Amino acid sequence: MLQLDQVQILQGGFTLQADLQVPPGSRVAVIGPSGAGKSTLLGAVAGFVPVPCGSILWQGQTITTHSPAARPLSILFQDNNLFPHLSALDNVALGIRPALRLTAPERARVHDALARVGLEGLDTRRPAALSGGQQSRVALARLLLQRKPLVLLDEPFSALGPGLKAEMLALVAEICAETGAMLLMVTHDIADARAIADQTILVADGHARGPFATEDLLENPPETLRAYLGTADRIP
Amino acid sequence: MDARTARHLTLASGGVVAVWLCVLNFGALGAVAWRAEGLSALRSADWAAVRFTLVQALWSAGLSVLLAVPIARALARRQFRGRAVLITLMGAPFILPTLVAVLGLLAVFGRSGLVNQGLDSLGLARFNIFGLHGVVLAHVFYNLPLATRILLQGWAAIPSERFRLGAALGFTPRDTFRQLELPMLRDLAPGAFLVIFLICLTSFSVALTMGGGPRASTVELAISQAFRFDFDLGRAALLALVQFGLCAAAGMIAWRVALPSGLSGGLDRPVARFDMQGRALRLWDTALILAGGLFLLVPLAMVAARGLPHIISLPPEIWAASLRSLGVALGATALTLAMTLALSHAIVALGGARGAVLEWLGLAALAASPLVIGTGLYLLIRPLANPRDLALVVTMLVNAGMALPFALRLILPALRDVEMTQGRLADSLGLHGGARLRIVTLPRLRRPMGFAAGLTAALSMGDLGVIMLFAEREGATLPMQLYRLMTAYRQDDAAGAALVLLAASLALFWLCDRWGRGNAAT
Repeated sequence: MLQLDQVQILQGGFTLQADLQVPPGSRVAVIGPSGAGKSTLLGAVAGFVPVPCGSILWQGQTITTHSPAARPLSILFQDNNLFPHLSALDNVALGIRPALRLTAPERARVHDALARVGLEGLDTRRPAALSGGQQSRVALARLLLQRKPLVLLDEPFSALGPGLKAEMLALVAEICAETGAMLLMVTHDIADARAIADQTILVADGHARGPFATEDLLENPPETLRAYLGTADRIP
Repeated sequence: MDARTARHLTLASGGVVAVWLCVLNFGALGAVAWRAEGLSALRSADWAAVRFTLVQALWSAGLSVLLAVPIARALARRQFRGRAVLITLMGAPFILPTLVAVLGLLAVFGRSGLVNQGLDSLGLARFNIFGLHGVVLAHVFYNLPLATRILLQGWAAIPSERFRLGAALGFTPRDTFRQLELPMLRDLAPGAFLVIFLICLTSFSVALTMGGGPRASTVELAISQAFRFDFDLGRAALLALVQFGLCAAAGMIAWRVALPSGLSGGLDRPVARFDMQGRALRLWDTALILAGGLFLLVPLAMVAARGLPHIISLPPEIWAASLRSLGVALGATALTLAMTLALSHAIVALGGARGAVLEWLGLAALAASPLVIGTGLYLLIRPLANPRDLALVVTMLVNAGMALPFALRLILPALRDVEMTQGRLADSLGLHGGARLRIVTLPRLRRPMGFAAGLTAALSMGDLGVIMLFAEREGATLPMQLYRLMTAYRQDDAAGAALVLLAASLALFWLCDRWGRGNAAT
């Protein structure tokens, strides 16, 4: 279980408050207007944004002051998820060996992960020689290999077309189901939330609220969400 | 290694470099100041040196920038075969050993140079190169290309849409100059002037070879004279203080103006222009580019042509000195890179005001005088060991310190960029310390590191300065041997040695830069 206990985040005049609990195994969408603080919330959980008040707990243990790498999570950013000078193989291998000195079994695991996301034979390519979708797959292969119990997505697929994005999200859902990981994903697209997130956290007016059951929330959106959705909520 | 240990290590190594820089820039001066106490006062010749230093630096910087404006403008608006090569060559004086440039200039403007031969055959009086005009000529030779490259960057930075708009509004070249080019020059020219002024302020080798005795001596030269001929440590120390004051004052002014470096690329693309069709204008630009190119290339070609036949017959001590210089250059390069990496990482890790202080310390050597530092180190070493035994080591240390600002300006922005784009990813993967350096940072810094290494190696290879305070007959570097040959009027050997020095400097630069570009990860 992930707990944000009376958390208050300050970032240059902007404050975000969160006091919520996410049950184990949930797949949670984080939605809200632009600039409301969705990425800030994820950044706080991941350890990139300092949390001056309150605490963040994982399975009852505080991780508020842990360094990003010491937290039990994997994160995919909006961009720069791969090192451009390293091969697909090395980029994935960093997930288990940051020093890149792999044993033979570890190397086999990396190959398996690449195969699992459909990238057999592309392991020596650098990101520039891969398509946008393939680059996302490399990042997902690393996610799969890391097997962290919490997965954070900060809109890593926003540059992909709708079909490809849906494909990637399905792959994420599959990976999470396989590893039993909790998923927290920022999205602008209600369809994404509907497709793979059973729960939704709403970030607006300086507060993160929820999680609510996604269907209920979208059926009966509160005022802030309605303003954000505009007429979009009437489109199925 | 965990994140905390890595951070401590970063700050510790940055701290070591910072302390060393303080010793180099201020500790040496402190030693000098301590020695200078109550010792012999400055003579009138010393004040003449101060005056001459300022006058020649003003002339050199002013002329360089003034001449660079039309040349940069012509280069910016003309497309011709060899343009890219010419612009690349304009970067060359930066890594050109001073003595080689001086020999080249003497071959053209010297007593029996091309110009005087021409005057002779016309029955006109010869002119004497030595003195103020010789020093200024050499400095302009050196810095005109630098100024041109800086201004060319300004031209390249004017959006082409502006020129298009100007064309739509029917601008004449004069209108274009007033509305588009003049504002850019107002922004850039003061910085270019200051950079060159600073460079000329610490001029040593040029004044040594092109100056005309006591009437044309810089403070740097006076320091070395007081040291070597009079062995008057007190006066040398006092002069060192004066020089530090001059540099600090100029550096203080420069600190308020953003100093352009002229080192960046992206100059190979001329701006599309619509107002350049006039025949007279085309002729004018062509003449300017030709004149600029000849001014640069003829002296160098003369060095090559005169030196080539004499390389085989060079005395063995030249080759020994070459090896020694190579060692000094490689050592200085390794040291500069290590110091720059440590300092850059500490600057990025600290951030904010403390990072800025550290960065300032790294750049402070821009205004430092090698002779002052050398004098200080001499005084510091003397109680402990014979300074003459450590001549090469000291030269290497001072060279590394002098090259640090340039390396820092190349590497720090690149490191900031890596941290900005990939820092979070590396953090989230737990990449710290050595693994991060090896896997993430170094591969992405390879290009600026190669360039910085090339600059350092070439600068150090061709440096004649501190070594003059320390070295004796044996154990000299190649520039020093070359200087001896020049003063002994062994013109043939000097020409051969100059060509060796030129080739070594260019080869070092080329190899390092090539390494940086080879398979560079983008």
